[in-house]
Amino acid sequence: MQKQAIFQTKVLPYALVAPQLAIVLIFFYWPALQAVIQSFLLQDAFGLSTTFVWFENYLELFRDPAYFAAIVRTFFFSFAIAVSSLSFALLLAVMADKPLRGSMLYRTLLIWPYAVAPPVVGVLWIFMLHPSLGVLSRYLRAIGVDWNPLLDGDQAAALIILAAAWKQISYNFLFFLAGLQAIPKSVLEAAAIDGARPMRRFWTVTFPLLSPTIFFLLVVNIVYAFFDTFGIIDTMTRGGPGTSTVTLVYKVYSDGLLGGNLGSSAAQSVILMVMVIVLTGIQFRFVERKVTY
Amino acid sequence: MALRHFGAAAAVAVTFGLGASPALAVTEIQWWHAMTGANNEVIVKLATDFNASQSDYKVIPTYKGNYPDTMNAGIAAFRAGNAPHIMQVFEVGTATMMAATGAVKPVYKLMAEAGEKFDPKIYLPAITGYYSTSKGEMLSFPFNSSSTVMWVNLDELKKANVEIPKTWPETFEAAKKLKAAGHDTCGFSGSWITWVNLEQLSAWHNVPLASKANGLDGFDTVLEFNGPLQVKHLETLVELQKTKTYDYAGRTNTGEGRFTSGECPIYLTSSAFFGNVKAQAKFNFTAVPMPYYPDVKGAPQNSIIGGASLWVMGGKSAEEYKGVAKFLTFLSDTDRQVYIHKASGYLPITKAAYEKAKAEGFYKDQPYLETPLLELTNKEPTENSRGLRLGNMVQLRDVWSEEIEQALAGKKTAKQALDAAVERGNTMLRQFEKTAVK
Repeated sequence: MQKQAIFQTKVLPYALVAPQLAIVLIFFYWPALQAVIQSFLLQDAFGLSTTFVWFENYLELFRDPAYFAAIVRTFFFSFAIAVSSLSFALLLAVMADKPLRGSMLYRTLLIWPYAVAPPVVGVLWIFMLHPSLGVLSRYLRAIGVDWNPLLDGDQAAALIILAAAWKQISYNFLFFLAGLQAIPKSVLEAAAIDGARPMRRFWTVTFPLLSPTIFFLLVVNIVYAFFDTFGIIDTMTRGGPGTSTVTLVYKVYSDGLLGGNLGSSAAQSVILMVMVIVLTGIQFRFVERKVTY
Repeated sequence: MALRHFGAAAAVAVTFGLGASPALAVTEIQWWHAMTGANNEVIVKLATDFNASQSDYKVIPTYKGNYPDTMNAGIAAFRAGNAPHIMQVFEVGTATMMAATGAVKPVYKLMAEAGEKFDPKIYLPAITGYYSTSKGEMLSFPFNSSSTVMWVNLDELKKANVEIPKTWPETFEAAKKLKAAGHDTCGFSGSWITWVNLEQLSAWHNVPLASKANGLDGFDTVLEFNGPLQVKHLETLVELQKTKTYDYAGRTNTGEGRFTSGECPIYLTSSAFFGNVKAQAKFNFTAVPMPYYPDVKGAPQNSIIGGASLWVMGGKSAEEYKGVAKFLTFLSDTDRQVYIHKASGYLPITKAAYEKAKAEGFYKDQPYLETPLLELTNKEPTENSRGLRLGNMVQLRDVWSEEIEQALAGKKTAKQALDAAVERGNTMLRQFEKTAVK
């Protein structure tokens, strides 16, 4: 198939991509470059004294056990958020895919949470699960759970995972639903005629055919858990109790903006940047090679 | 409208080669602040009154978000070369601002250079000490100050037949009785865990939080709050947390609703909590001085302040600085200070304003509004109670809170937690010392 467009002059195509290039350069490459430069400097908050320190900011990070703890924690959070929100969204999508009365309504309602901003999500869950104000905490206490995420790190982590996963369900749901509807009915009918029961049909036909969507969503969810959970963490726990909800992104913020340690903060963002480049690289490789939509 | 006409007139004047007369030019003074609600109205009124009182300068207040946001906005603006003239910075940002020689203009210098009459002795030393050098030179202008007090739900104490406690042992006993009388989720609690239980506790008992007069005498200060008093205090809190006789209410002041809702009948937090208590509490309340340990010699000493001060940013013209100086003089006026005190509940910063409020009988009906002033002026401040000046203080507090939380959760002993807080804090102080302008 011929995909190339033919342009008469060489100027026009460049002119057409110029605005996009300008945006990418100004808003992505320029700040990224700044971060890389800053990560080699030791500077006070006002930028009055600057020393070039080579890789000291990075070495300092790798010597800091708290940084490793944050890496492990971030991966755990990402994994937990991705798995819980993907599996729940898939369940909902499979159910909403059935011919139901008013299915449009269900589908619309299920998509709503995606429109809620992360800090608002945080506030919503705080109101439900705050140890002294929360509606749900009262029930939890009634069934004998000593619910106090202000002091219990595991409970606080669970709270963040719950809120972050809840918000992402809608997005995943949307893609799963589209993925499910793209599966040819004939394949499923053939399987049914061969005597496969619904469960078996799901695991042997639907699930494999859905794998490109699942893989795509897995990457998107991990990236989401890495970066977009910041608003939720900041409103709900501010990294506490202890450091039990400090993720890599939250650490960039608290070291840089609250602590005024811009060098270390920049070094951390460069490391994060590398992680995302790797993740995206993996995604492109797999999507290009193995997966056909 | 008037301004637009003026602009047009100036443009015409310039076009005709006449040039605008300097006497006509209004010098604008940008004032960035972090006040919301009723306190924002106070700020707007102060600016409006000042602008109406003279015609050479115009103060323009702008709300820039909460304290850290305002400070970060100011720092970012400075880096971009357009800092405001006046910036409201919370007390814990003091060391960061002070270290930024060149980025800020010390108030005492500003006043001298602008030829403005300025006598540092008219201010309450307990307040200005926090924002002055060890030689007594005022660096920033105290604006809104408060201190830690103990808020008490009088109705609940009466019901449980408990006297208002004065010492910590009495407070613990009172909390136990209150818990037995039905407050089973919270005998007592407090906000700002580190401010109340480390910073104020140390000053109130005249023990150091950090060496070098808590950092006032130099950035090479070392944290020292893992001493016997602080450890004993935290140990008791940890013990009481197990039964919820004491119940942790978070690092900042988000738990304050637990007092106004009646859940926690005793609550230690800022005196600036007054506005909310007055608006929301459906019971009789008062605020009394922080408790103390009677076995500590000389306790109670004096408390230290919280709140914020106004920093004048560097790199502005002499004319602009003149306007800023006039505005600070305007704010120091006795009647104006009395107004700020009454309208916001924050403390007056001059001795005359305090005397005047007293003479007017302001504290007769509301004795609790005088409590923080009595605490601050309780004794002549010592090295340990003059104030704090630690770099990276915002994040230091977070690190200390993290360790205290681990002790309260039973993951570390009180001693281990405070040792770790000191050690991690010292690492951050050395980092700050490295980047601070020498």
